[in-house]
Amino acid sequence: MRYLLNRFLFLILSLWAAVTINFVLPRMMPGNPAGIMFAKFQGKLTPSAIKALEAAFGFNHKPMIVQYVDYVKGLLTGHWGLSFTYFPTPVTSVIGSSLPWTLGLVGLSTIISVIVGTALGILIAWRRAGLLDSILPTTLMFLQSMPAFWVAFMLVYIFGFMLSWFPMSHAYSDMLTLAPTIPVAFSVLYHAVLPGVTIFLTSLSGWMIGMRNNMINTLGDDYVVFAEAKGVPAKRLMFTYAARNAILPQVTSFAIALGNVVSGSILVEDVFSYPGIGYQLVTAVTNEDYPLIQSTFLIIAAAVLFANFLVDVLLVRLDPRVRTGGAGA
Amino acid sequence: MPEHTPVLELSHVSVAYRTAAGPVQAVNDVSLVVMPNEIVGLVGESGSGKSTMAYAIMRLLRGNAYVSGGSIRVLGRDVYAMGRQELRKFRWRHMSMVFQSAMSALNPVITVETQLVDTLRSHLPNMSVSEAKDRAANLLELVRIDPVNLKSYPHQLSGGMRQRVVIAIAIALEPELVIMDEPTTALDVVVQRSILDRLQEIQADKRFSVLFISHDFSLVSELSSRMAIMYAGRIVEEAPASSLSSIEGHHPYTEGLLRAIPKLTADEITIKGIKGHPPDLVDLPVGCAFHPRCPRAYEPCRLFRPEILATESGRVECHLFAEKEVL
Repeated sequence: MRYLLNRFLFLILSLWAAVTINFVLPRMMPGNPAGIMFAKFQGKLTPSAIKALEAAFGFNHKPMIVQYVDYVKGLLTGHWGLSFTYFPTPVTSVIGSSLPWTLGLVGLSTIISVIVGTALGILIAWRRAGLLDSILPTTLMFLQSMPAFWVAFMLVYIFGFMLSWFPMSHAYSDMLTLAPTIPVAFSVLYHAVLPGVTIFLTSLSGWMIGMRNNMINTLGDDYVVFAEAKGVPAKRLMFTYAARNAILPQVTSFAIALGNVVSGSILVEDVFSYPGIGYQLVTAVTNEDYPLIQSTFLIIAAAVLFANFLVDVLLVRLDPRVRTGGAGA
Repeated sequence: MPEHTPVLELSHVSVAYRTAAGPVQAVNDVSLVVMPNEIVGLVGESGSGKSTMAYAIMRLLRGNAYVSGGSIRVLGRDVYAMGRQELRKFRWRHMSMVFQSAMSALNPVITVETQLVDTLRSHLPNMSVSEAKDRAANLLELVRIDPVNLKSYPHQLSGGMRQRVVIAIAIALEPELVIMDEPTTALDVVVQRSILDRLQEIQADKRFSVLFISHDFSLVSELSSRMAIMYAGRIVEEAPASSLSSIEGHHPYTEGLLRAIPKLTADEITIKGIKGHPPDLVDLPVGCAFHPRCPRAYEPCRLFRPEILATESGRVECHLFAEKEVL
C-alpha cells in the first residue's frame, strides 16, 4: 500500500512538472498567437481586435507568476484555450472528439498485439526449435522491419483501392451520423480494420520475440528445472512457473507502449485520415495552432504518466518482490 | 522393498557434453551402488562431474548433455526406459534432489505454501487442497521452520530458510532416494551445521537413502558411511568413511585430499595442497588422468589407464595397488 501511495505521489509530481514545462516552453518562443492571427488577417484587424484576441488566448502582460497561476487554474477548470484551426472551438472539445478515436483504435490494437504476441512467444519458446519457432520470428521480423506508414499504404492500395474490401479512410461512413446505434458500431469496426491491422502487424514481432527470449531464459532457471523435477504437470509448469516470471519484463515494455499509444501512430492516422489525436496534431502543426499543439503535448505527457502508473499497479499484483519496494523483508 | 535391493545402481555410466570440438566426457564409466537407509558421499573438485552425475540420475540433463553409456537404475527400474508421464510420476515419489543453488530453486512469484502444495498435489491428485496445506505445515515444522512462513514469498526468507524449504519439498513425498547436490555450500558454517544436524535426524527417522555430493571432504566423511572420490569424471576410489581416518592405503588423490584437511587439534597445524590443477576434460592426460599431479606416478601411469581393483573394503583405480598385489 505504501508503495502504491508512493507511486501515486510520483504521478502527481510528474504531472505538475509536465504542466509547468508546457507553460514555460511557449513563453520562451518569440511572438505570440495573437500576432500570428494578426498576420493571418493581413492587416484587416484593428488594434482593439488584437487586444480582444490576446484576451481570448489568455495572453496578457501580467507578471509571469500570475499568468502561471491563471494557467493552472484554467487547466483545472477546463479552460484550455481556443483552437486557431477550428476557431472559436475550445481546444478541450477538439481533443475530446479526437482522443477517444485514438484510444479505441491504437489502444485496442496495441493490447491485442501484446496479448497475441506474448501468447505466441510463450508457445514458440515452449516448443523451441519446432516448426512455428522457425517460421514465426523471421516472418514477423520481416513485417516489423517495414515502416508502419508504408504497410498502411500497401494495405490501403491492395485491400482498399484494388480489391475494395475495406474503406480507405475515416473512422466511419460519411452517410451516417455519429450515434450509438448498431449500424454506426459496425461501420466504426469496419473502418478500423485496415489501420488496426497495420498497427497490429508492425508491433507483433517485438512482443513475440521479447516474450520468447524471456521465456527461454526462464526455462533454464533453477526454479523451473526444480519444479519440473518435483513433478509439476506441463501446463502449470509452463504458465505458473515459467511464463509467470518471464512476463515481468514484458509488463515494463507494455508501460512504454501504452504511453506511446497517443503519440505513436501519427503516421498511420495520417495515412487513413483517421480523426484521432495524431491526425489532429499534424493538422495543428501545419496550421501553427499553438493552443492545440500545446494541449496535445500535455495530453501525450499525461498519457505516458498514467500508463506508467497503471503498470506500477499491475506489477504490484504480479511481482511480490515489488511490494516491499525491492528492499527485501 | 527388500533390504538387499539397491536403491540406486549406477553401472558404467558415462555422460558427455556435445561441443563444437566433439563430445566431452564429463562422467566416465562410473559404477556405484547405494543401499537402503545408507548415506553415500560423492566427493571431488569443481568440474569433476559430480553435479552432472546427479542431474543424470534425475534425468534432468539439459541442452547439450546426454548419457552416452551405461545404465541408471533406481529401485531396480531403469530411469531412462520410462515414458514421459511415467518419469514425471516416478521422480520425486521415489527419488528427489536438493539443488546446489537452493537459493534460486524456489519460484519467486508464488508463496512457499503453493510450492509445497504443488509438489504434493502433482503426485497425489486425490489429496484435497486443505489436506495438502496441513501437510505443507507439517513439512515446514519438520525442517524447523515456523508454519507462519507458509504465506511468505521466497525473497522474504533467509538463505538458510530457503534451503530448508527446498529440503522440505525434497522429502515431501517420502522418496527412497534423496540426492543432495552441495546443499549447504552457499551457507555459513553455523547455518550449515544446524541444517545438516536436522537432516541427519530426519534421515534416521524416515530411513531414506542419501547420495551426498560435496567438495567438502571432512563434511561428507562425517555424514556418510561410504564415500566415493571422483576425479576427472571417474570414481578413483570407493571406501568406507571409517577407513578415511588414516592417510595410508588410499589412492594418491584421496591421500592428497586427506592431507589438505586442517587438523585443528594437532600441536602444529600443517596443510598440504595438491599441486597443479584439475585436468581439462577436452584434453585428458593419457593413462591415469591424475598422473601429472601425482607425487608417486611412474612409467605405467603415463601409458595405461589403471584397472579397477578391489581393496579390503572398497575399490581403487591406481597402478600402485596393482603392483602391491603382484608383490
